[in-house]
Amino acid sequence: MPALLEIDGLEVTFAGEAGLVPAVRGVSLEVDRGEMVALVGESGSGKSVTALAVLRLLPEPPARITGGRILFDGVDLLRVGEEPMRRLRGRRIGMVFQEPMTSLNPLLSVGRQLTEAMEVHLGISRRQAERRAVELLEAVGIPDPEGRLRQYPHQLSGGMRQRVMIAIALCCEPDLVIADEPTTALDVTIQAQILEVMQDLCARLGVALLLITHNLAIVARYAHRVNVMYAGRVVESGEAVALYRRPAHPYTLGLLDSVPRLDRPRGAPLEPIPGSPPDPAALPSGCAFRPRCRLARPRCAEAVPDPVPIEPGHRSACFEYRRLRAEATA
Amino acid sequence: MRAVDGVDLVVRRGETLGLVGESGCGKSTIGRCMLGLERPSSGRILFDGADLAGFDRAAERRFRRRVQAVFQDPFSSLNPRMTVEEIVGEPLLVHGIARERRERLRRVRALLDLCGLPGQLVDRYPHEMSGGQRQRVGIARALALEPEFVLCDEAVSALDVSIQAQIIRLLEDLRERLGLTYLFIAHDLSVVRHISHRVAVMYLGRIVEIADSEILFADPRHPYTQALLSAVPVPDPEIERRRPHRPVTGEIPNPADPPDGCVFHPRCPFADARCRREPPALRAVGDGHEAACHRLEDTVMAGGGDAAGPPATPARLATSTSTGRAT
Ligand SMILES: Nc1ncnc2c1ncn2[C@@H]1O[C@H](COP(=O)(O)OP(=O)(O)OP(=O)(O)O)[C@@H](O)[C@H]1O
Ligand code: SF4
Ligand SMILES: [Mg+2]
Repeated sequence: MPALLEIDGLEVTFAGEAGLVPAVRGVSLEVDRGEMVALVGESGSGKSVTALAVLRLLPEPPARITGGRILFDGVDLLRVGEEPMRRLRGRRIGMVFQEPMTSLNPLLSVGRQLTEAMEVHLGISRRQAERRAVELLEAVGIPDPEGRLRQYPHQLSGGMRQRVMIAIALCCEPDLVIADEPTTALDVTIQAQILEVMQDLCARLGVALLLITHNLAIVARYAHRVNVMYAGRVVESGEAVALYRRPAHPYTLGLLDSVPRLDRPRGAPLEPIPGSPPDPAALPSGCAFRPRCRLARPRCAEAVPDPVPIEPGHRSACFEYRRLRAEATA
Repeated sequence: MRAVDGVDLVVRRGETLGLVGESGCGKSTIGRCMLGLERPSSGRILFDGADLAGFDRAAERRFRRRVQAVFQDPFSSLNPRMTVEEIVGEPLLVHGIARERRERLRRVRALLDLCGLPGQLVDRYPHEMSGGQRQRVGIARALALEPEFVLCDEAVSALDVSIQAQIIRLLEDLRERLGLTYLFIAHDLSVVRHISHRVAVMYLGRIVEIADSEILFADPRHPYTQALLSAVPVPDPEIERRRPHRPVTGEIPNPADPPDGCVFHPRCPFADARCRREPPALRAVGDGHEAACHRLEDTVMAGGGDAAGPPATPARLATSTSTGRAT
């Protein structure tokens, strides 16, 4: 069976003052039905642009999708018209963003936002929708759901607003939810509550989740499969356990060595990646990670490495992954 | 409103004291009071034995040179219309240390070098640099007057992990070379554990637990510390798959209207009638380890944490299993 979502060679550029800036440069990734997939990378690596391209919510212009396909359940979303796309969003693809205040309508009560989505997409009556809304708010852990239905977004805490967003994303039992940094702005204990609720509900309803984050620990906890992005490309992808245990790209390894870890003895020195990510308007030739990479060889400057399978389900876009692996086993 | 209530806190010379807690718990207020930027409504702040409130202008001026701060967002804390030379040189000029431009420039370059920045950056403006470079400039500026005490208030929080690690290394290195003392405020527990010698945990304006970093994370005794630790995932899918996750319930109460008794009682799995009534004081539970909880006898962590006990924390899981990247 084909994947639920298959992004294949996606390219997005932005028209800026200094010309065209490539933000996404040939991203390919897959999400299967019911699967939790992470897209992880640092600021500016192109995670949100990839997500917005799937949702067809990129500001075009300045953005332009210049290549690739986005197959959702076999249909290329890049060839779907505005109207059917609108129906797909909300009905079959739910979304949760970092700042719920900008995605919730401040003038509509929480209940109305939920019931409206269900009335439009599911064609059910207001009464039915209201009953379901109460169940949903309960399911996402909102106390006194009947009372909350009548409240407005500004009357809720950040955590509660994000729960409402999750309820809206899931209200039509979509096939896929795209969550872009859903808990980044929240406190640690609230973050954990929300991510657990989201995971439990997605699992229960069989909804696939594309989770976008820069947090490697959150990825480790929630994702079955992981895609690591750097400078507009997926540089490594694989099953979570395999990728964390034996990273096959110097950038992934560098990231893992950069974070202090509560699961290791205190005092282990951090091994930061030197330098900083490239300006997308002035990318180095060849592999974009080259100026920061201790394994770089001359050929890394000559061509852009494509992701190649190194073992079943595990890909690395590094010419020198064998040396990296050999080093790790030495 | 009381942002901070009855806090006693000592920062020892040469140490890094970590201060953690959720947003609005009063961490930054404590930092600002220590710098003399805010006056406590009651209580005292002593720096090197002298009460800040009793400083005359000359003493105040001397104090200003000895304490500095590095804040979260280097972009908003640096003047966008000033060059790096002006930003880093300004404190020298203000304190009349290097009045002559040549001498000032020499010092600025040395400070940049100390912070791992190339000297040619002196002509740049903040928007012409990366986030990591801006934070280094902020640190160079803070070090210009050779302070003894540096407040780092979420100083690495806005940075990407690869850059964050560079700045943490830099701060550690500077502390060692210059004998600095840090108050390191952050919400990222892994970072705080890594950089701090001792750590204080705050909740709703109170310090609920304080201990050596090692001990606090291996043997947290306050139910809130335990809740925090169990809420933080670690970057290892194998540990995470084994670890039960039962995040502490409830929201953080409004600090303007804190609960009676122990401020954590509405969310605490151990709370009883006394907790709802009486605020607990800090009590010693070990060497230099104190916690403010009525039920400390019951909060000793039982191994990995089962359904009845407190939740499992990563440090516990790490010591009960051997993990690590296969090498
Ligand atoms: N509206 C826009 N106009 C111009 N450039 C943009 C726009 N949106 C994004 N970009 C550029 O596209 C690149 C990728 O940005 P994107 O927002 O996808 O990063 P991200 O991985 O989501 O980062 P973060 O972790 O900070 O959210 C960046 O270089 C960014 O500057
Ligand atoms: S392709 Fe070359 S430069 Fe790029 S990550 Fe691999 S070794 Fe480093
Ligand atoms: Mg983003």
